[in-house]
Amino acid sequence: MSHLSPFQIFLLLSIVKIAVVLVILLTTVAYTVLLERKVLGHIQNRWGPSRVGPFGLLQPLADGIKLFLKEDLMPLAAERPLFVIAPIIALTCALISIAVVPFGAVHRIHGVDIFAITDINIGLLVILGITSIGVYGIALSGWSSNNKFSLLGSLRATSQMVSYELALGLSLVGVVLRAQSLSLRTIVESQSAHGLLSWNFFGGYQFVAFFIYLMAAYAETNRAPFDLPEAESELVAGYHTEYSSMKFAMFFMAEYANMVIVSCVATLMFFGGASSPFGNLIPAFGGAVVQALLPVFWFVVKVFAFLLLYIWVRGTLPRFRYDQLMSFGWKFLLPLAMANIIITSLVLALHG
Amino acid sequence: MQLALFIIFGALAVAGALNLLLQRHPINSALSLVVVMMSLAVLYWSLGAEFLAAAQVIVYSGAIMVLFVFVIMLLNAGKEEKTTGSRAAYIAGFPGAAAIFCLLTFVFLSEQKALGVANLGGHLNSGLNNIEELSRVLFTKLLLPFEVTSVLILVAILGAVVLARKEDQ
Repeated sequence: MSHLSPFQIFLLLSIVKIAVVLVILLTTVAYTVLLERKVLGHIQNRWGPSRVGPFGLLQPLADGIKLFLKEDLMPLAAERPLFVIAPIIALTCALISIAVVPFGAVHRIHGVDIFAITDINIGLLVILGITSIGVYGIALSGWSSNNKFSLLGSLRATSQMVSYELALGLSLVGVVLRAQSLSLRTIVESQSAHGLLSWNFFGGYQFVAFFIYLMAAYAETNRAPFDLPEAESELVAGYHTEYSSMKFAMFFMAEYANMVIVSCVATLMFFGGASSPFGNLIPAFGGAVVQALLPVFWFVVKVFAFLLLYIWVRGTLPRFRYDQLMSFGWKFLLPLAMANIIITSLVLALHG
Repeated sequence: MQLALFIIFGALAVAGALNLLLQRHPINSALSLVVVMMSLAVLYWSLGAEFLAAAQVIVYSGAIMVLFVFVIMLLNAGKEEKTTGSRAAYIAGFPGAAAIFCLLTFVFLSEQKALGVANLGGHLNSGLNNIEELSRVLFTKLLLPFEVTSVLILVAILGAVVLARKEDQ
């Protein structure tokens, strides 16, 4: 690669990184759907998908082919351009956030960090900003469908996401105060000194913030027990009632991609990101490649645990009522998040 | 590179603003305004104000414009009637706009020394973290205005609540 200029190397490696991460993310999304159906099946004492391939492992492929080949219906009374753009906005916003997530230790090849697409000094704010833009996909889909169930679903989704965004943002302030940075790499580094004991959840006493974040994130991704926007017993399917074929698939993928992103952020902010829970207790084994891939393994394990938790919660808890949802967000989570910020900053000011 | 970004998003902001005026459906106008806000955020970023850019996206396009879209969706506002416009707009509007444009250009060009020159993208390369400096200024030099502004906003919220609440009779 000696005949390439540093900029060309940077450009090529970046494109390769983006392609690889995107493929892995989309595969994860597809298999999270299968995981959910399997685990939910076992929670409800049945098998889940088991016909396509060994243990039903090829089910996502079959689902993809089915969705791709279905007829793409366009409702007569829909607002055409917005109806088409809405799922694209939803999916794009769900996929972009992965660009700032570091999923391994710093490891440079030709000066390019290969375990993160990019590391910017306001990474956390970028993720929050992209999440807040994602609301438009849902809001517009419900309105442009010209269907009252869709509109109700999207109104619920919009108000819920705007309300819980506050608690979500405030719950992360404690972690930012401890790390004194908004860069996700620095936040991870601030938790990697003594393994498990220096994670924000255990050593940083941010467990209150973590539970606020978890609940706000479930509401933000419209998942059970906050799945009012698509409550099938009241609203048919909520904001994506009128969508079919690939447009529906885009909403579906956006929902699961959002789940993955939220799990990634929870891992980065509270559970030490790609750092090992054992710290330096385990001596370095294997070659350089194993040592480079081990952090990625820990990161994947943590994200996977969060995805399982998502599915477990969905299989266990009933749905909130709308007024309960609003008063829970505004009257309980928000004051609690503020109290957490005040106490954390007091402790930091007194003990340095 | 940064100059290209500046030109692209500057053009996008202008196009969005024009589209905002020309669209006849209120929701399309609101969405054009979102495009303008987002392009402005990129412009702030290219000038080295990354915190302002993120705040612009989170506060304006993520919260305030969502409320706009929300209200338009709930009111189910129809398409606007297209009129030729009043004569006063043609007689006073175009010369007035041109005059303001000329005046601003004149002021900016004549006071160039006093205003200083923005360093396009220069701050991006140095990796300066302006959140730290911003918060230091906000909590030391500008502490009183900062706190008074928050009280002002609180008063506005209370006023909105009082106005929106119906008297129980």
